[in-house]
Amino acid sequence: MKLASNTTARLQALPLALVLAVFFLLPLAMVIMVSVWDYNEYEMIPAWSGRGYSDSFEGCLAQLPELCTILRTYAETVKLCALVWLLTLLIGFTVAYFLAFHIKSRTLQIALSLLCTIPFWTSNVIRMIAWIPMLGRNGVVNQALQALHITKAPVEWLLFSEFSVVLALVHLFSLFMMVPIFNSMMRIDRALIEAAYDAGASGFQTLRDIIIPLCKPGIVIGSIFVITIVMGDFITVGVMGGQQIASAGKIIEVRVNALQFPAAAANAVILLGVTMMIIVGLSRLVDIRKEL
Amino acid sequence: MGERRSATFYALAAFFGLYVLFLYGPMFGIFVLSFQGPDGGLTFPMNGVSLVWFEKLFQGGGIVDLGAAFWRSLALGVVVMLLTVAISVSAGLAFRTRFWGAGALFYITIASLIVPSIITSLGIGLEFRLLDDLVKNHGPDWLAEDHTTWMGLFTSGLGAHLTWTLPFGLLIMFAIFNRFNPAYEEAARDLGATPFQTFRHVVWPIILPSVIGIGLFGFTLSWDEIARSSQAIGEVNTLPLELQGLTTTVTKPDIYALGTSISAVSFLVIFASLFGIRLLQRRRAAR
Repeated sequence: MKLASNTTARLQALPLALVLAVFFLLPLAMVIMVSVWDYNEYEMIPAWSGRGYSDSFEGCLAQLPELCTILRTYAETVKLCALVWLLTLLIGFTVAYFLAFHIKSRTLQIALSLLCTIPFWTSNVIRMIAWIPMLGRNGVVNQALQALHITKAPVEWLLFSEFSVVLALVHLFSLFMMVPIFNSMMRIDRALIEAAYDAGASGFQTLRDIIIPLCKPGIVIGSIFVITIVMGDFITVGVMGGQQIASAGKIIEVRVNALQFPAAAANAVILLGVTMMIIVGLSRLVDIRKEL
Repeated sequence: MGERRSATFYALAAFFGLYVLFLYGPMFGIFVLSFQGPDGGLTFPMNGVSLVWFEKLFQGGGIVDLGAAFWRSLALGVVVMLLTVAISVSAGLAFRTRFWGAGALFYITIASLIVPSIITSLGIGLEFRLLDDLVKNHGPDWLAEDHTTWMGLFTSGLGAHLTWTLPFGLLIMFAIFNRFNPAYEEAARDLGATPFQTFRHVVWPIILPSVIGIGLFGFTLSWDEIARSSQAIGEVNTLPLELQGLTTTVTKPDIYALGTSISAVSFLVIFASLFGIRLLQRRRAAR
């Protein structure tokens, strides 16, 4: 009986396992394999070569102490990532806190959560384009600034700049931080908070000593989501940066467009390594499966 | 009642209001701007009101055939939705018991969600390129002669989308079964129901609202997907990829009309799903 149900379970899991084997594991293996192949101007050559990596790090030693292109790009991407992470964390936590602890009606809670979730199901590109009439040279913000005589000429750095990239990333992905934190908050036993209140804790002390520690799993899961998305992003950086800003993901895209597949693959391996280190570091803090 | 709202409440409520405005404001801006008059530009103020830009869009004749891309994306979205529901529900049932490799499969599924999309996409692209080369150079003559590529919407493209939708589907199934009361199934079994009957008449009706949720994720994630499709879609593009391509070249409000049209489909699917879920819950509560 035990054995029979085990066979059934394996059959039921088989389609998932097959799809992931063919479209996830095998492709990852291909990336790693091709990253050590040779290449010329128009094709990859299946012979061992470290060119994919050495071309990527070209001049890095010679230029020291100045950073070479790839290191500078990674430094930029990590900086961008840290900024977006901090902003999504602050916003996501505050919004989740309001919904979880200040909205008492269950129906209202669901309705407001849905209100935050709906944009997530719509197109990211459209949500990026939506900033053009807001931030452009003749956009709403510039019109307002000039009407109020705060600036004389239109402010140029609002759109197609690092500012607009960060704004768009926060706009697109703060939900990924909010949902897991909200989920953690809803599991906190309300009696604990009342006990803290009865024991004379201030609102801030309750937040610091009870709510934040118990939200740690949600914060970690949300952080993993946001960090991995931003580290590999090339679309938001492309569209909102006016195709002028470099990022770790964009290096890969550029190499692919130049048909330098081994170099693209080598950069993918590097990106994967960096992201994995961040995730492993974070996931040490929490068991994901218990948190659903 | 009678509980006095604190100052913190109002501060947080104001913050929440601003956040919602931040989420929706710009989007509604382009919905409005897509109804610009014929002489209107990309920014406010409105220069008359018209449907000119929608007409232009659906007449076609632009740089790319958006109508064809629309139907391609819709077809792909529906197939991804159906497969996501079927595969996730099946795998969700499997994970209720212990089976060999369960832990590994779970972590691989999570990895598929969090490995940066560009890497997965590049990998699938490489996989199909190498496969095509293999067929061309070493395949049997009848196949090798006319072979160009197997990369396409319903091969590599479909696979790429599934690596994105299936993890969400499986996580929703976990959330369902973590809260599922097995007593119903035991009762069915005690009454002599076969495993299939138990699933069909007991488990399925209970999980149905959440299954609609999985379908919602499956369709909308596919309908809007870019990053994973980018290197793995082959010769024809999906609608969001066409839209992304247009962002650098278009200077007229037709791009907003396209955005409004794509969002309309998203909203239609979202509200139909939410309505369906609500209806099922109502009906259950009434029983």
